[in-house]
Formats: sequence, C-alpha cells, structure tokens
Amino acid sequence: MTVLCLLEDDGTQPIDASLRALSFSRALAESSGEELAAAVVGEPGASVLASLCSFGVSAAYSIESDELASYAPVAWARALAGLGSSLAATATVAAGTDRGNEVMAHLGALLELPMVANCFTAQRSDATTVLLSRQRWAGSLIEDAVLEASPALLTVAFDGVVPEPAPRPATTSLQTYLPALDEQDLAVRVSDWTKQSSGITLAEARVVIGGGRGVGSADGFGPIEELAGLLGAAVGVSRAVTSAGWRSHSHQVGQTGTRIAPDLYVACGISGAIQHLAGCQSAKHVIAINTDADAPIISRADHAVIGDLSVIIPALVAAIRQRSGTA
Amino acid sequence: MNVLVCVKRVPMVGARVTVTPDAQEIDTHLLGFTISPHEECAVEEAVRLIETHAGTVSVLTLGPPEAIEQLRDAAAIGAGRLVLLETDGREWGPMATARAVVEAVRADEAANGAYELILFGNEAADTGDYQVAIRVAHALGRPCATGIKHLEVARPALRARREFRGGDELFELGLPAVVSVKEGINLPRYPSLPGRMRAKKAPVEQSVPQWSEDPVRKQALRVPVVERRRAEILGTGVDAVPALVELLAELGVLP
Repeated sequence: MTVLCLLEDDGTQPIDASLRALSFSRALAESSGEELAAAVVGEPGASVLASLCSFGVSAAYSIESDELASYAPVAWARALAGLGSSLAATATVAAGTDRGNEVMAHLGALLELPMVANCFTAQRSDATTVLLSRQRWAGSLIEDAVLEASPALLTVAFDGVVPEPAPRPATTSLQTYLPALDEQDLAVRVSDWTKQSSGITLAEARVVIGGGRGVGSADGFGPIEELAGLLGAAVGVSRAVTSAGWRSHSHQVGQTGTRIAPDLYVACGISGAIQHLAGCQSAKHVIAINTDADAPIISRADHAVIGDLSVIIPALVAAIRQRSGTA
Repeated sequence: MNVLVCVKRVPMVGARVTVTPDAQEIDTHLLGFTISPHEECAVEEAVRLIETHAGTVSVLTLGPPEAIEQLRDAAAIGAGRLVLLETDGREWGPMATARAVVEAVRADEAANGAYELILFGNEAADTGDYQVAIRVAHALGRPCATGIKHLEVARPALRARREFRGGDELFELGLPAVVSVKEGINLPRYPSLPGRMRAKKAPVEQSVPQWSEDPVRKQALRVPVVERRRAEILGTGVDAVPALVELLAELGVLP
C-alpha cells in the first residue's frame, strides 16, 4: 500500500512546492501505515535524491522516456496512471502548481476519478475514504470534505503546508519506470521555451515592494521602482493597477496573479482586498504605507506608516541613500 | 471561427468572506455577482478572435436563473449566443459540470457545426478546481492547454503560451481545441451603451441538465483563522521615515 507523490524539480533541486507536497503525502501515508513513494520525470540528480531521503521517501521512481524530453501534460498523467496502478497506489499527489494541477486533472480525466485541488490536510479513514481540507478562494475560505474514491487524486496548496523533513531519513531505493505512451499522449507538448527579461522574479523575491491604486498613475511608480532597486526587491502590484493599465499583469500579486512568500512585503497604497491578501498571506513581515488607518491591509501588517506614499517613498529613498553613503 | 466560452457566476467578495449558519455556502445576501477575472479575459479573447477571424462567440454558463445576468454582461461586449444550463441552486462538482458542458456542446455542435475553440478561465474564483476544461477536452477528444496568457490562431494550429519559471513556454495545438486562459492575456474592454442595450434583449437558450453528485462530498465551509496582526504604527507622513529606515535595517534588507 503506497501513497505516490509527483516531484517537480528545477533541474537540480526539488521545487519548494513539491517538498510541501511530500510532507503532505507523508502525513497521509502515516495515517494508514502506508509507504511513501515519489515519481520524478527524468533521472533525478544527487540533490533531488538527498531530499527524497530526508523527506522519508522509501521508493523513488524515475520515469524515463525519450518522448518526455519536453513537458507533455497528458503523457505525464499517463505515466503516473501506469506507475500508480503497478504500485497499487491508494493516493496520487502533486504540488498545486500550474503543472501539478494540470497533470492531476488529466489523470482524473483518464481514470474517470475525482481530483481534489489545493488540499492542505488529508487523512485516510478507510480503504476508499479520505477526510480532507482544501482551499477555496485561494485560501480565503476552507472546505472540509469527504472523498470516496480510490486512488485518491490530490494536489497540495503550497501556502497551506510546511515543508518538513521526516523525523528519521529513509533509505530510498531508486528504480526506473518506462511508461507506455502513444502518439495521442504526446499531441500537446512544450515546443519552445523563452526566458523573459532577467532580474528577480516576483514569486522568488525575498523583498517585494507593492504598489496599489494609491500610487495614482503609471508614472507614480518611479519612486517605488527606485526603492525596489535600492533594496534588490521586486515590484508587485494590486489588480487595480493592472486593470488601469499602469503595469503589466506579470507584476500582479493576488489570487489571479502571482502568489508571493517574501521575507518582507512593503504594501504601498494597497487597501487589501481579499483577492490581494490571498496572494501575500505567506509574507513573513508586512509593512503597510497607506493614507487610511482603517484599511484592511493595516490589520494584516506588522508595521504601518499612515500618510501619502508619494511623499513618504521619495523621503525614504533619500534617507536610505544618505545612510549608505550613496546620496 | 466559432468560439464557445464557459463561465461561472460567483459572488463578488470584498474585504472578507462570511459563511451561512449551516456552513454550507458563502453568505451572499449583501454581495453582488460576477465571473472570475480569468473568465472575463476568456470572453474578451473570444471577442477579439472573431473580430480578426470572423465568426460567432457563444457563452455558456451552468448556474441558477440569475446567472443570465453574467451571460448578458458577456453579450454586452460582443458575445452573440447565450446558453444557460439551469440549476436549482445546488452546488455542482467539477465532474458533473464537465459532463453537462460536454452534453450541451455535443447537442449544439450536431445542430450548428463544431466550435473551433472552447475557452475557459484557468480556475473558477470560488472552488478553484482547475479541471473542468481538461475533463471537457478528454470527453470530446480534443487537445487542451491551460493557464494560457497568449493565444494566436495559425491554422491548422493554435499557438498558446504560458508563463513558466520566469520564462514563457509554447504549446502548439491542433484545432479544434480546448484552452483555459489566465488574467493578463488581455485587458477586457468596458461594454458600450449600445452593447448594453443589445444585451438586454438578447435571447437566452435554456435547458436543465441532470444533477449528479461528485464523489467529493462537502462537509462544511469555514473561514480560516488568520492571525490578525495589530500593526505597530511607526508614525505619520515623512516624520515616520527615520523609524522606517531603522526597521528596514533591523530586518536586514538595507544595502
């Protein structure tokens, strides 16, 4: 009896969301005394294998096929279906990333089974029943649900689970799995990948300076850009800003934009609609700069400055420059 | 090119969500309704496609009779046909929803010819199931791409791009296809006054699909307990700047 977890890596390391999915899967496996297995597409590197050991994975399967050199969602799902069936997996789990949700939805469609997205706890109550909690509204609402299906197909809300290594590392066996794929499974695949402008990506930035409606105009972002440049930070914006066309959508933080988890988030002129808060709830420290002391963002911030950001930010930039001797 | 867009009526939640006393749904009596931002962009994208390639945009929703309001919003910016799969207020799971959409599409295509493209939002704002588009694609035997932020028709293919780890990945799909899009693919237009007037009078094709229960049974909805931080006010206006600099230094983020 096995819980199978799909692991995504960035070429060298497992991605953070996948480590969270492994922690979640281990808890599910432990709730019924099952083994934890992991599937990796392609040959896992040393650092991926080390993570699998420390997260308590007893068996790792490397899905190998010349056809899988580029990502193909249906083929990944077909491979997981075959591997899961050969292991008699009681559950198959992936991170709630674009790829994880996509592959698991294809798996659900192939197996004609339900797929439950963005879970953060799951516990087996009997052979075909799992009790789970999942996010709705990007985490602003929680649904407690009972899933009656086997195997259970789940994705994991990455901001709802802490990546926690096992109390004792496992000895992980590594085996190769050769999937049977047909042309149909490979009809949709990545045919090209282009790197966008370099710089700090919003999703990975340790510091994010956010600007909202209070910035007032596209030009109003000048001082915010300058502050971000000084701190090595990324610029994030609220939906009001992208809807007004002041900044491109790739800078949007929130439910329908990027979900961020920086050490510091400075929210300037952002009131704090629920859809925005859903995208920054994992920020470790929040500073709000806002004219309205009653704005919802203030009750979610650690520190706040009340006032007009168009005056405060330039003064802050000048003070930082002076302090670091770059004035 | 004939394009079908599938949308879902959801409450317009503001600063917080409240659930009903039986913990089965969101308390919506003070809320307006809309469709998810991803879906607004799907409707806009469909209208832009037919502006370039000619054809008709049809918009379909599965929901209560009130969801006609959302169909009319889509008609106001250019959708020509409106289809309501009427429900009795019960919540439909993603499997049952996909089945109902597939049945409607099959019946419609048998009468009116195939849709070259079926568009969805990447995920519904409320339940966030991430799967109706994919299930519909499998049932119809059509290729599917999700999370798309750039779409280009290059017959017989469709070029679809999405963001992936600081880059852009390209999928080439054969037509007909199913695609789910994300906000940011375009900036939806505001409806014109004549558009609104036309939408008011647009006919709505209605049918009642058979409800079935998904094997995921909702027990309760609850609002997560968020740690309400009581922000320490550093000061007002530029007088707060020295304290702010000190705080940034403490947090170790200064150059």
